[in-house]
Amino acid sequence: MLDLHKTLNSLKDQAEWVGLRRVKETTTYRTFRDEKPDRNSISSDDGLMIEVLCNGHFGYAGTSDLTSSGVQRAFKKALLMAKTASPFAAASFTTEHRPPQQGRFESPALQSLDTLSVREVSDILCEATKAMNLSHKMISRSATAMIIDTEFTSVSSSGADIFQKFSIVNTDLSGTAMESGETQTRSENGGLARCFQIGAEVFNRNEILDRSRKIAEEALELLTAENCPDETMDLLLAPDQMNLQVHESVGHPLEYDRILGDERNFAGWSFVEPKDFGQLRYGSPLMTITFDPTIPESVASYAFDDSGCKATKEFLIKDGILLRGLGGLESQSRLNLPGVANFRSSSWNRAPIDRMANINLEPGSSRLEDMIASVDRGVFMMSNKSWSIDDYRNKFQFGCEYAKLIENGKITKTLKNPNYRGTTIKFWNNLKAVSQNRETFGTPYCGKGEPSQVIRVGHTTPYCLFQNIEVFGA
Amino acid sequence: MNFIETMKHTFHTVADHILNQLTDGEDATLNLYAEESLFVRFNNNKVRQNTDVEQRSLSLVLQKAGKTATVVFNLTGDSQEDRHRADEWLSLARKEVEELPLDPFQVPIQNNGTSDFTVKGSLLSPEDVIQAITEPAQGADLAGLYTAGPIISATRNSKGQSHWFATENFFMDYSLYNGQKAVKGVYAGTEWNQDDFAVNLAQSKNQLALMDRPKKVIAPGSYRAYLAPAAVAEMAMMFSWGALSYNNYKQGGSALQKLADGDTTLSPHLSLRENFSLGLTHRFNSLGELSAEQIDLIKNGQLVTFLINSRSAKEYGIAGNGAESSEGPRSLEIMPGTLRKENILRELGTGLYLSNLHYLNWSDRLNARITGMTRYACFWVENGEIVAPIADLRFDESLYDCLGANLLAVTDFQEVEPQVSTYESRVLGGSRLPGFLIKDFKFTL
Repeated sequence: MLDLHKTLNSLKDQAEWVGLRRVKETTTYRTFRDEKPDRNSISSDDGLMIEVLCNGHFGYAGTSDLTSSGVQRAFKKALLMAKTASPFAAASFTTEHRPPQQGRFESPALQSLDTLSVREVSDILCEATKAMNLSHKMISRSATAMIIDTEFTSVSSSGADIFQKFSIVNTDLSGTAMESGETQTRSENGGLARCFQIGAEVFNRNEILDRSRKIAEEALELLTAENCPDETMDLLLAPDQMNLQVHESVGHPLEYDRILGDERNFAGWSFVEPKDFGQLRYGSPLMTITFDPTIPESVASYAFDDSGCKATKEFLIKDGILLRGLGGLESQSRLNLPGVANFRSSSWNRAPIDRMANINLEPGSSRLEDMIASVDRGVFMMSNKSWSIDDYRNKFQFGCEYAKLIENGKITKTLKNPNYRGTTIKFWNNLKAVSQNRETFGTPYCGKGEPSQVIRVGHTTPYCLFQNIEVFGA
Repeated sequence: MNFIETMKHTFHTVADHILNQLTDGEDATLNLYAEESLFVRFNNNKVRQNTDVEQRSLSLVLQKAGKTATVVFNLTGDSQEDRHRADEWLSLARKEVEELPLDPFQVPIQNNGTSDFTVKGSLLSPEDVIQAITEPAQGADLAGLYTAGPIISATRNSKGQSHWFATENFFMDYSLYNGQKAVKGVYAGTEWNQDDFAVNLAQSKNQLALMDRPKKVIAPGSYRAYLAPAAVAEMAMMFSWGALSYNNYKQGGSALQKLADGDTTLSPHLSLRENFSLGLTHRFNSLGELSAEQIDLIKNGQLVTFLINSRSAKEYGIAGNGAESSEGPRSLEIMPGTLRKENILRELGTGLYLSNLHYLNWSDRLNARITGMTRYACFWVENGEIVAPIADLRFDESLYDCLGANLLAVTDFQEVEPQVSTYESRVLGGSRLPGFLIKDFKFTL
């Protein structure tokens, strides 16, 4: 059994600074399709990342070999990484970039996931696919649960000692209907958007079965729905689409490592420049965006990032004005700008980089029914199914699963294949109403970095109404 | 012993240990993935981060009485410790099998033969990598990732099957910048040659020099367009996103549904095949089945076959073709045509020369419509002459149009696009692709 403190003691005098980060993650994946098991797996990943500071450069070595010889070998490699790269380093760092924080964090969960047996989870998922069987036109009915238990433990030679334990459940229900060459799929809020820090209470049988039936009803309804019109009009977005809108057109462009060019060869650069902070009108005065690691159920709530920086709520955009970006201590010193605690890695086998965490749109003052009533002609879109944006995060095109036409302040009919496109700054400046109530979603699969990593992010957002948006159908 | 030799010993020791413990009625397949990787990330021709990673994971698929359980766990490389871990995970798999329902589409474990293949590479030593890359790139604003080291994929099962594939390879995936103008380069292989890298870099620098003119803003509309092989590679990735999966087709998720149903066709200029003779990856899948060396997927615009995993084959009562469970191409080749390199600009005439595309997604899957962006070295061409680099454009276009009646020509040359994905682990595979000349390619923003 690897003892991190003993291991640290044996290594700490051999370098300027040493950090050890162990990540143990167990993922249980269960999928049923058409009342039959489709995928059942339990995956465990357990490894150690060793960080060494040498001549102003951090070198990294990760290993799944947790024997003493494996750890020694990884330490020598980390030292080699730091020494060979320090003369060529893009920036110089010190121990101040790894604060000696101490503390613990644990996901809120009313009921431990251990209280659910394999059979109980399987039965609920199987029943969910059965509940979607409303018609022979339902050609595919699936229910998925991804249950994740993660422990991050980190210690450093300067005194950091942090333990964070996350209990995460992602669920998805999906139904596909087909008739006369038309195929329509409805899922629960778009892919795996239901991604929470939560316990076994998430498997509420009656609620899941009700939601399953609704998904099937809406998939069938879409078969005979009209296509979304091609028109420039008002666009009302539900929180399960705002989840994606905030993620792609606000979260990513504000990442400092993109602004610094680290990410240019992969996901891209950013239209945001360092001089824009404190100046740029990003959106209308109704737009206030926060980095908020304090929302209990949101999937990227935590107490410390991987550098040991304490995570606190910060305003990124306030009343439409850009104030602060998403960068950890390393990027903050490279840019000489304030940032947030977001220097995060996906696991023990990757170095941390600037990531989103919970990036949220603060609530407004409107009621949803008043927002609908204010629209003469517009489309109300729900649940993301397609996303694409350029490498500077300007020109985007997003598609949804389901929409309603709004005419003269009333919802009149269901629309299929709804899409919209725009450019980031113009789009957000067209924001004209924000609801009082918010909902939390997220994604387990935000991809970025070289070598690449996927990380979990959360977004708590209201309903939002935008004007003069180009919408279109199939 | 080096990493590959150590892992071979460990894998067989652990596999023997597990397989020897199986009782009557139990069968098992073991799949190993392991890598020892050096990653060096560059920005502005300096090192942003460098990381060494050793990782080894073993998946154990246990079958008993018509039920299937899968567990995945890390190995350390220490045989004694790994045997101990194997005992714990076999025990968990047995518990799972007891509790799970019957798996009606279970593929019975059988002996799919044996193979043993190791490619010894010639890689830079970790001490030499940074200088080898930054020195020839001196004066350039280079960003990118160098990755190198051994990768292992192996499988064994309780019926005697045993496949082993190991290779030592590298890639340098990079971009060069002149302000916001950029070009893309990749240098990959199993034997690093400093002169070849210098030539690759020099070609990219020459291409960047071509960008040294003011960007031209092109209005949305339909244009004649040439997609270079790297741009075709982005488009070809959409064939991996469910389009060629038989299971997806049956579940209503294939973008080629209308092609399969005979409702439409693609261009007779278009032929796709899975071609393992490219040597980019191994032929065995995680069931240990060997795919045919070549499988025609689309020939002259007609669908020949989907990729069919044995699980799908069992579910739908048809024959499988050795596909992996994802039913995406692992070694895709798009066949060449007749358009010669020296004639590309002349045949393009007036339109867009697109070196790369970015961030593609289905915008209307049923109609095989995709949206995405132009990226890197893309030019406006008039009367066969390059006029200026363009400000990036968004396109929204159906494959049934651009690879249907609007596909004018396919180049007579192909380029190998190596797999450079590093999500969670390095990936084997790649593709060999030509360029496409297309009319009326639709740009929307």
